[in-house]
Amino acid sequence: MSKVLTPALAVTSRTTIRRRRDLPIAGEVLVKEGDRVTGSQVVARAQLDGELRLIRVAEVLGIPASDLPAALRVAEGDHVEEGAQLAELRGLWGLFRTTVLAPISGTVEFISSATGHVGVRAPSIPLNLTAYIAGRVVSVEPQRSVVVEAEGTFVQGIFGVGGERLGQLRILPISGTTKLTEDHIPERAQGEVLVGGHSPTSGALAKAARAGAVGCITGSIDDRTLRDYVGHDIGVALTGDEAVSMTLIITEGFGALPISERVLTTLGSINGQIVSINGATQVRAGAQRPEIIGPMVDSVNPHDIRERSLSVGARVRIVRVPYFGACGVIAELPHELGRIETGAMVRILRATLDDGRQVTVPRANVELV
Amino acid sequence: MKTNPTELKTVLVTDCGSTTTKALLFERRDDRWHQTFRGEAPTTVEEPTADVTIGAVNAFTEVQELSGRAIVNDGEPPFVLTTNDPSQGIDLYLSTSSAGGGLQMLVAGVVRNITTESAERAALGAGAIVMESVSADDGREDYERIEKIRHIKPDIVLVTGGVDGGATSHVVEMAEVLVAASPRPRFGDTLKLPVIYAGNAEAADEVVQILSKKAQVVVVPNVRPTLEQENLGPAREAIHEFFLSHVMSHSPGYGKLMSWSPVAIMPTPAAVGDIVQMYATQTGQNVLCVDIGGATTDVFSVFVDKAGVHAFNRTVSANLGMSYSVANVLVEAGVAHIARWLPFEISETELRDRLRNKMIRPTSIPQTLEDLWLEQAVCREALRLSLDHHRSLAIGLEAKREKGIADVFKQSSERYELVDLMKLDVAIGSGGVLSHAPSRMQAALMLVEGFGLQGITQLAVDSIFMMPHLGVLASVHPQAAREVFENDCLIYLGPSVVPVYPVKRQVQGALATVFLDEKEIGSVTTGAVTQLPTPSTGKGVIRVVPSHGFVDVGAGPGKTFEREVNLGECGVVCDGRNRPFVLPEPRAAAQRGVFSNLGLIGGGTHV
Repeated sequence: MSKVLTPALAVTSRTTIRRRRDLPIAGEVLVKEGDRVTGSQVVARAQLDGELRLIRVAEVLGIPASDLPAALRVAEGDHVEEGAQLAELRGLWGLFRTTVLAPISGTVEFISSATGHVGVRAPSIPLNLTAYIAGRVVSVEPQRSVVVEAEGTFVQGIFGVGGERLGQLRILPISGTTKLTEDHIPERAQGEVLVGGHSPTSGALAKAARAGAVGCITGSIDDRTLRDYVGHDIGVALTGDEAVSMTLIITEGFGALPISERVLTTLGSINGQIVSINGATQVRAGAQRPEIIGPMVDSVNPHDIRERSLSVGARVRIVRVPYFGACGVIAELPHELGRIETGAMVRILRATLDDGRQVTVPRANVELV
Repeated sequence: MKTNPTELKTVLVTDCGSTTTKALLFERRDDRWHQTFRGEAPTTVEEPTADVTIGAVNAFTEVQELSGRAIVNDGEPPFVLTTNDPSQGIDLYLSTSSAGGGLQMLVAGVVRNITTESAERAALGAGAIVMESVSADDGREDYERIEKIRHIKPDIVLVTGGVDGGATSHVVEMAEVLVAASPRPRFGDTLKLPVIYAGNAEAADEVVQILSKKAQVVVVPNVRPTLEQENLGPAREAIHEFFLSHVMSHSPGYGKLMSWSPVAIMPTPAAVGDIVQMYATQTGQNVLCVDIGGATTDVFSVFVDKAGVHAFNRTVSANLGMSYSVANVLVEAGVAHIARWLPFEISETELRDRLRNKMIRPTSIPQTLEDLWLEQAVCREALRLSLDHHRSLAIGLEAKREKGIADVFKQSSERYELVDLMKLDVAIGSGGVLSHAPSRMQAALMLVEGFGLQGITQLAVDSIFMMPHLGVLASVHPQAAREVFENDCLIYLGPSVVPVYPVKRQVQGALATVFLDEKEIGSVTTGAVTQLPTPSTGKGVIRVVPSHGFVDVGAGPGKTFEREVNLGECGVVCDGRNRPFVLPEPRAAAQRGVFSNLGLIGGGTHV
């Protein structure tokens, strides 16, 4: 039988973190194994093909493709500036001239004798790939990728939007149960990653972004506020490419759930330090959760959590109604299937909630905290 | 390994899905084939294992433990083949696969609703997900098409365009656009992108000359040799060959997996399509089958077209699903459409947040009835949206009567929707939300309401989603596949009866009377949804007599409909709500009435 693990988002102040940095196309790796790198350091670079414009030259000139060579003023491989003449057709006695100009600067990549089209390629776009996390280069694939390893603090969120960013962590002076409003956001937060509270208002997020924050980490968010922030409804749990200036990471879920003590405690121990964050979330095979990566803390946090098996005495949070958001301790893990209110027979557990209630829930509906 | 059907007695089949690898054992016992044992294990195509065979062997091991039959060994292949002792080992191993995102394709054509649409049907029928389709008439500028194409990484590209003997310039231009965009293949980026050309034969040389700079091109007969003819077979075969040689062979561990079987690995949806087609053709029925998963919803249909041919179609709605994509159903359908199926009131904020939480914790399950009904409401909308999508692509082409300058324009009026719910014989539901609904009546109601069924339709669910396995088994032993499909795979729920009538008619009282084996068992009442009890197994002849001359139950207005049906535990589900649905207000109360009548609320006949 394969081993079944219960999902738990990592919250740990001391772990080994590896991040593979891949170029999308072959390029140049700038570091070697053993090098120490900072998060913002460029470790590899490549040249991405520029945009290719297809210009219907023969069509514009009103001539068959076979007549195009006589009208062309450029050849394959020529560099042209925007507005330069690509082709010209002179009418009767040269009075009526029709010209086709280059819509962009670039190189003439091809001239099609079949269609009379000319392709102009814009200059290539340099791509600089940073290390993202501060650490040591542990492997290099020439022209392709670099793996950076670090010992440090690692906290996963449940959902995020916005991509990789580096910033200075700032724990807001509010409790985890406080609803995050504009009043809690500092006037200046240039380059900072703000942490705290839950259910931010749209105004709070807008103010944080205006103040220059590069990240906001909070307990939960309601669906409408997320839509306001991103500018559209997110349909599929595949994020990270949103056009937002501030990466947003929620640690608990949708609705009004306070940011957990374990996250606050763990991040509190690296307050003021530079962290790497990424809101990219992919909730399917090969799941990716948003993350906060910071320097290592000497003392091991008692709240450290990594994925593990369920056991009696383990602390869990329930992630579905009717006990959504409630935390407690596992009291019993019956072997036999149990019938739940829906009528389904499923694997269950019994837990004692923090408010003293004894509840039975499907094992699929808990996560370790 | 044996492949002769007469020698086969034990066949092990896996379906390597994105998340789970499911192994099923099929055995011939007591003169018929049975599905006997089932094992599953997480699919291991992703890092850190990155070898699909590890998950497959784990699934074999579970089958071995459950069955007591010696199956796994340490050799290569890692299973025991039968010798003299028929109680040990297997005769044959087969597999399907959709791991790693399945087969992903880009299709290109010239005219959106002619060649591009045929290309999409060819790709979908071969089991692919169409990532993007581009047409010369799609309203985009060339640079927009190029920009779109260059950012996707398809496994295979299918290029079509033009009828044979027609103009060549547009399809040649499309080839230039492709070369300009130069998309990279998903796997093995040192390889040239596989491109299949299935367009105007006269343009083939020019297209190959242009494309071969950047791609590995094969030419097959045109998918649309004439405006009124479609020829999808050669393109589908070429897709399957590239799937094996370029996609499967570069996926982690698949080289080894392929060496374990004498039969080619099939894309999962293609295998499902095959078994659905086989069932429809052999039983002479129109069939609609849906597989609703966590991320995507596949719809398969076989309807007899106007030429009398069983026309098969498959579509995949890539972002309609019950977990990863659940919030996309919310986005596409809207809150009001989902809430209309609920027998209780819920605020918009609560509904949205609950579905978002399901999206981010996709393996969680509903514990309360209200939460279950919410997921089932989402399922109804996913069915509705995916059927809409399917109808737009499942198009029949009627032969032209005359040739003339207006042929191209006439063509649009000669396309017709193949899916006609009034002519639908069997609706099959598959996927956890339907197959594992705590009550079969819930599954029946999801099919009736989600698809908006009309007339008389047999309802069924796939017991444990074994259709992929049966599809590939059918390629070796069609009889075995059919026996298991009808006896172990399909669970008949009973027929639904939905009379329809012109919306301008005001009707009250009975719409139709229902007879089973010549005995009157009840009637369908306007606006009401009820259940008429029947024996839960076996077959019976159902006769439905409309109460008014304008009421249609499937045989035409006012006409009696009679046919043999498979009976099931839901009896006859009678829906007296006219189509399209206009649900009464307040909706929650109305839906509470429906649930109550069917025993889904209040301790009634809960089945």
